[in-house]
Parts: sequence; structure tokens; C-alpha cells
Amino acid sequence: MDFSTFLIQLLNALQYGLLLFLVASGLTLVFGIMGIINLAHGSFYMMGAYMAFALTALSGNLLVAILVGIALSVLIGFLLEWALFSRLYKRDHLDQVLLTYGLILIFEELRSLLVGDDVHGVPIPELLSASIQLSETLSYPVYRLFMSAVCILLAIVMYWLIRHTRLGMMIRAGSSNREMVQALGINIDLIYRIVFGLGVTLAAFAGMLAAPVSSVYPGMGNQVLIICFVVVVIGGVGSVWGALVAALLIGLADTFGKVIAPDYAGLAVYVLMAAVLLWRPEGIFRRI
Amino acid sequence: MSDVLLEAEGLHTFYGSSHILHGIDFHISRGETVGLMGRNGMGKTTLIRSMLGHVRPRHGRVAVRGKTMTAARPYLIARKGIAYVPEGRGIFPNLSVRENLIMGAKPGVDGRRDWTYQRVLDTFPRLGERLNNGGNQLSGGEQQMLTIGRALMTNPDLLILDEATEGLAPLIAKEIWYIIRQIRATGIATIVIDKNHAAVTSISDRNVILVKGKVAHEASSAELRANPDLLHKHLGVS
Repeated sequence: MDFSTFLIQLLNALQYGLLLFLVASGLTLVFGIMGIINLAHGSFYMMGAYMAFALTALSGNLLVAILVGIALSVLIGFLLEWALFSRLYKRDHLDQVLLTYGLILIFEELRSLLVGDDVHGVPIPELLSASIQLSETLSYPVYRLFMSAVCILLAIVMYWLIRHTRLGMMIRAGSSNREMVQALGINIDLIYRIVFGLGVTLAAFAGMLAAPVSSVYPGMGNQVLIICFVVVVIGGVGSVWGALVAALLIGLADTFGKVIAPDYAGLAVYVLMAAVLLWRPEGIFRRI
Repeated sequence: MSDVLLEAEGLHTFYGSSHILHGIDFHISRGETVGLMGRNGMGKTTLIRSMLGHVRPRHGRVAVRGKTMTAARPYLIARKGIAYVPEGRGIFPNLSVRENLIMGAKPGVDGRRDWTYQRVLDTFPRLGERLNNGGNQLSGGEQQMLTIGRALMTNPDLLILDEATEGLAPLIAKEIWYIIRQIRATGIATIVIDKNHAAVTSISDRNVILVKGKVAHEASSAELRANPDLLHKHLGVS
């Protein structure tokens, strides 16, 4: 592998890992803080991708589509939390899995009714459609760099939010002692709603961002869901920082696995998971 | 406005099928210190949790500052100026000492900000030395100071202390009692639950003794001191 190829693969790995982080961070927060196993989390990713497709077709501009899509995602997140997920906090995991699996089926059916079962593409905005020439034969698309940059920015914002704001302290406190948070006069239900809405929005945003490079197709959420659970398990349930490290590790394992041993590429991620769990059964990071 | 801060009328609370509170009447007024006594399992903590909205009473009424708030959401009751230091302390182990303190900070019901971060640190100098430690890295006494400090940061009119000195070394317990006295002197009403009855009656105005979920006796501290038989009869101590 020459240096240009290596660089391209490294950038791909980072971009994939960072995108996974966006989806998985919401999953790990909702799991770690509210104790909810949300199988429908991948559906929000799909929802985002389809929103990018439909809204770009309507408005002709991906940026507009993303802005409208974010607003819709926040709304959908709040509504789902209010109507369904808020009833799950005191239920056991089986109930949660049943409801959220049901939601996957409903979301897929809705998608089929509204948009159909065809595979669609979303055009890359003209401003970001260029490529950077790395060698005479190899180049790297600007849009992928843009994706990574946006993800890094969001990771920094999330770190700041959780580590350095009152809201972040309340979120972390809520994961250790819900009753005491309320005894301090804090509306924990509202905190939960915000966290859930944040998780939905991040997953949908990841779907929107990825739509131009991954295309938009039925069942795309389920693939992401499984790999995101791997991220959550490797990183440690509830740890956003852990999700970032785990997502980047998976990005590297998956991308370089495909280059080094293409026949066994599908295994790389799971070998990584097994190795991490043998070393640290609770994941790399334990606390939020 | 009524001077009664927190009031319970005919409270019946169940845990599953066990009947814990059997029609309890209780009240505390502004600036008052009330000792809540009773052996283990007599319903002290359940009474507190029922009044604060953490447990839903089956019958009866809870009023906060004269307004009915039976089984209201706990954060709404807390926002009426009631702070709770629960048994077992309830610090957030994954937050630093500083974060534990500032997380719930707010002005009091009338907008007072008597208790600032700085004043809490002045009251508990030990906490000042451990601001960046995690809540779980503190000793028992320090954890208790943190919980009390955190409660004060909400500028309450009523502070409820459930077994604040439990499991602490005598010297540390003494320090906590000293702090409770100081808090009381600032005019904050307090409900004190503690196994050290002599310490309770030395600061309380009035004492309520619970036996099997009922108020068995209500007495001023002077009366309790004059009649040690009362304590012996209801609490099994001399």
C-alpha cells in the first residue's frame, strides 16, 4: 500500500467512524441514562436519509433540506418520547425491545408507503462536489472531508455540553440518581425528553449527512443499528467519550480489514469487540 | 400567606400491600425545628417521601405553603423551597464535588440568594479542598457535608435531614450537628430524623414520635427531656 492509498483509507476510516459516532452517541445516552434499549434508533438514521432525499428533491438544496430535516427530527423525537418512550422507563427490557422492534416495522412500512422501495441517490451540493488530487491517479472527495469536519465539530459541542454545562451535569446526575435530581427541583422528565430528542436528531442528522455518499435504500437503518450497538458495547454503556473512541476503532478495523483481508472483512469488527470485552467486560469507559 | 410550610393530613401510604402510614397528621411552620422520631420501620422516611411526592399516598392530603400538592411531581414540591437530604445521602458519584454543588443551585422562593457557592464553601471548608474530586472519592462525613451543601445551594425555607449523622464517627457527627445548628440559626426550618435523640431534642422545638405508622406522641423538647419515660415507652431507649 503506498502512502496515498493509505491516506485515503485512513480518511475513509475516520469519516466512517465519526459518522457511526453521531448515530451511536444518542443510542448510548438513551441506554445509559434512561435505561432504554432502543432498537428503533437505526430507523432515525434511515428517516434522516429519506428526509434528505425528499427535501432535497423539493427544495433543490441539501443544506435547506438538512435544516428543515433537523427541525422535523427534533419534533419527531419529542413526540415519540412523549407518546411512547416515556412509558417505557419503568418497564423491563423485554417490553422495550418489543415496542421498539414494532416501531422498526412501522417506520419501514411508512417509508414504503410514502417513498416506495426504490433505491435513491442524493446529489452532492455543488459547492462541495470537488475532489482533492492526492497523486496522479488518486483523489479524495471534498464532501467526505466536510462530513468528517462536521462530525468532529459536533463531537466537540457534545463534549462541551455534557462536561461543562448545567444541563450536562443534570444529564449525568440523572443517570446515577433520578430521584435526587428531582429533589433538587429539576424536572427530570424534561431532561429525558431533551436527551431523547438529541439522540433522535443526531441519528437523523447522520443519515442526512451520509445520504449523498451512501445512497438511500430500504432497511439502511438496520445495518447501522447493529454496528451502533457494537459501538455502545465496546465504548461502555452511557459513555459518549467511549462511543467516540469505539466508533473510530471500528472505522479503522472495518476499513483496513477490507484492504488487508477482504475475504474476512466482515469479521474484523466483531473480533475487535470480542477482544475489547475480554480485556474490559464493561467496555472501554464506564461512566458518562 | 400561611406560615405553615409543609403539612400532611390523614396520610395513608402503602408499599404494595403493606400499609405503612395509618392516617398521619404532620405540619411544620416557618423557622421551626421539628424532630421526627420513631424506631426503624415506623414510617419516618415514608412520611417524608409521601409529603415530597416520591411516593403516592393512597388517602390524605399534602399541602405546601397552604396549597394542596398531594402526590405532585417531586420537582414542583422542591421548587417551593423544600430541600431534602435523604438517608444514604444521594450524592452523584459521577459528578465532581463542584458539579454536585452547582448543578441544582437556584434562588429561593422569594428570590433570595443567601446561600451562594462561596458561602457553602466557607461553611464546609473541607469541600473546598476537594472540588475536583468525584463524589464517590469522599469520606462519609464529607459526603454528608456535600449533600447538605448541595441542599443549601437551592436556598430552601425548609431543610429535611434524614439520618444525617448515621454511620459517622462521633467527632464528624458532632461537626454535622454544629452545622445543623448554624443552619437553624439562619431561620431555615428543619425536620430532623436522627437516632441520637438527645442531640435532636437539644435543637428541636417540637417532636413527633411515630409508632407503627401513627403519631403516638407529640411533645415539646422540654417535655421530652422532663419525661424520659416517654422516649423509653415509644422508642425503647432510655
